[in-house]
Amino acid sequence: MTTSAIAVTGLRKTFKDRTVLDGVDLDVGSGTVFSLLGPNGAGKTTTVNLLTTLLRADGGTARVAGHDLETEAKAVRAAIGVTGQFAAVDELLTGQENLQLMVDLHGASAGDGRRRVTELLERFELTEFAQKPASTYSGGMRRKLDLAMTLVGDPRIVFLDEPTTGLDPRSRRTMWSIIRELVADGVTIFLTTQYLEEADQLADRIAVLDQGRIVAQGTPDELKRQLPGTHIRLRFAGTAELDAAAQVLADATRDDDGLTLRVPGDGGTASLRALLDRLDEYSLTADELSVHTPDLDDVFLALTGHTTEATK
Amino acid sequence: MNTTPHAIVMLRRNFKHIARNPTTVFNAVLMPVIIMLMFVYMFGDAFDVGVDYIDYATPGLVLLAVCYGLGSTATAVNSDMTTGIINRFKVMDVSRSAVLTGHVVASLLTNVIAVAVLLGVAFLLGFGPSASALDWLGVAGMVVLLGFSTGWLTIALGLAAKSPETAGLASVPLVMLPFFSSAIVPADTMGPGLAQFAQYQPFTPIIETMRGLLAGTPSAGDAILAVGWCVAIALAGYLWAAATFTKRA
Repeated sequence: MTTSAIAVTGLRKTFKDRTVLDGVDLDVGSGTVFSLLGPNGAGKTTTVNLLTTLLRADGGTARVAGHDLETEAKAVRAAIGVTGQFAAVDELLTGQENLQLMVDLHGASAGDGRRRVTELLERFELTEFAQKPASTYSGGMRRKLDLAMTLVGDPRIVFLDEPTTGLDPRSRRTMWSIIRELVADGVTIFLTTQYLEEADQLADRIAVLDQGRIVAQGTPDELKRQLPGTHIRLRFAGTAELDAAAQVLADATRDDDGLTLRVPGDGGTASLRALLDRLDEYSLTADELSVHTPDLDDVFLALTGHTTEATK
Repeated sequence: MNTTPHAIVMLRRNFKHIARNPTTVFNAVLMPVIIMLMFVYMFGDAFDVGVDYIDYATPGLVLLAVCYGLGSTATAVNSDMTTGIINRFKVMDVSRSAVLTGHVVASLLTNVIAVAVLLGVAFLLGFGPSASALDWLGVAGMVVLLGFSTGWLTIALGLAAKSPETAGLASVPLVMLPFFSSAIVPADTMGPGLAQFAQYQPFTPIIETMRGLLAGTPSAGDAILAVGWCVAIALAGYLWAAATFTKRA
């Protein structure tokens, strides 16, 4: 196992009388993607704000890039980059000026700085719009510019707070591929998201945050394993057909309301063919057949007792 | 390594904002000129102030020009707080003082430009001051001190406001206050109550100081009062701004 980029124990934060984080433990391996998953209001942004020194914790300890959050905030800041939920770009400046501003604040030499700006504009496909004010950018372009600004200082740990919320599917894919490139360069990513698919796609490890507590932690596969496996779902026209099929397929679980049978199986063609042959043998037909692979939505439902949709 | 101080980087940024926003340029530079033309051409002849009206009104309009530049400062400071860019700066270890100093100096530079333009127009309209070089230096010092102190107060207002819109609104009293001073007409010509208010409000000694300097007859009493007010306003504004900044960001 790699060393820890972020190690958190017992992190607590209370606003007035509302406990937002109630003893969070996290461990993020260096060079990995860690995703904090949860619905709105779960405490994701608060966690990011604490770990990026923007807020002070009420309890617990945290080390980021090997530095104590409380006593070595300056060293932490030097190692991290943050792209928040709302694009923190300067609307009145052009894309290029926004990047140049970051270069100036980091204090690179003039030549290096210019090169870095050009390189980032190209990498994020913003060269064409470099001379346009950021206020004219689309949501996706703004996020890209925001992330580009974050990368000016070559951070080793990048915090992305809901980087794709509100983006169209295409911009979301672009953001994902940018994140993957960062990981390829050895950057550690701390990603928060309310999209389960996003965590599944990008993360090495996922922690599920619900009402200020981590309710589960593990690799996407580990989390999925906590659920009933892949199964085939058959829907029948009526109760008679359902009864007949249930007798033939003894290991299936029946759902009378939905007129469906859930047959365990891996979704491969061989098991599917065997199932269909068996139905044929008894002259049974199903109205609909679907192969159901558990996704993280199921995980969330199983872990918290409520879906993510309900709280959106 | 190029180590441009953060405050300078912030100043450059703020100044770009001001230069790029037509409303800001209009309010800060053109509005005072328009008001000057209005008062001098439309109302000036109706006021009996004992001297050429342009000579009477110019010092007050200089103060007005400073105040008109402040609205955009409040809005700009508030935008920084509400758009999330402040969090970026904080994570980058850009200090509070760099962010706020950038704003106050940008505001001050706008004031200086606006006052220069206004004085240029005043001369075209026949403004004939009898100030010596030293008096002019005093006027310049007064403008800078005024811009600096009201600048800090405005920054505090901008930080305390909930949104850029309310921040703009919060600076309205600063824009209106000059009218209730000796800027446009002498205070003793005003109705009871208002006259006393105009007499004792901070802007009046500041205007009277500049008026005295421009007429070549500086008054030490007004000057001491003016500087005192400016220092007090600057200090209050600074402390309020610093406290609000810590609380908010």
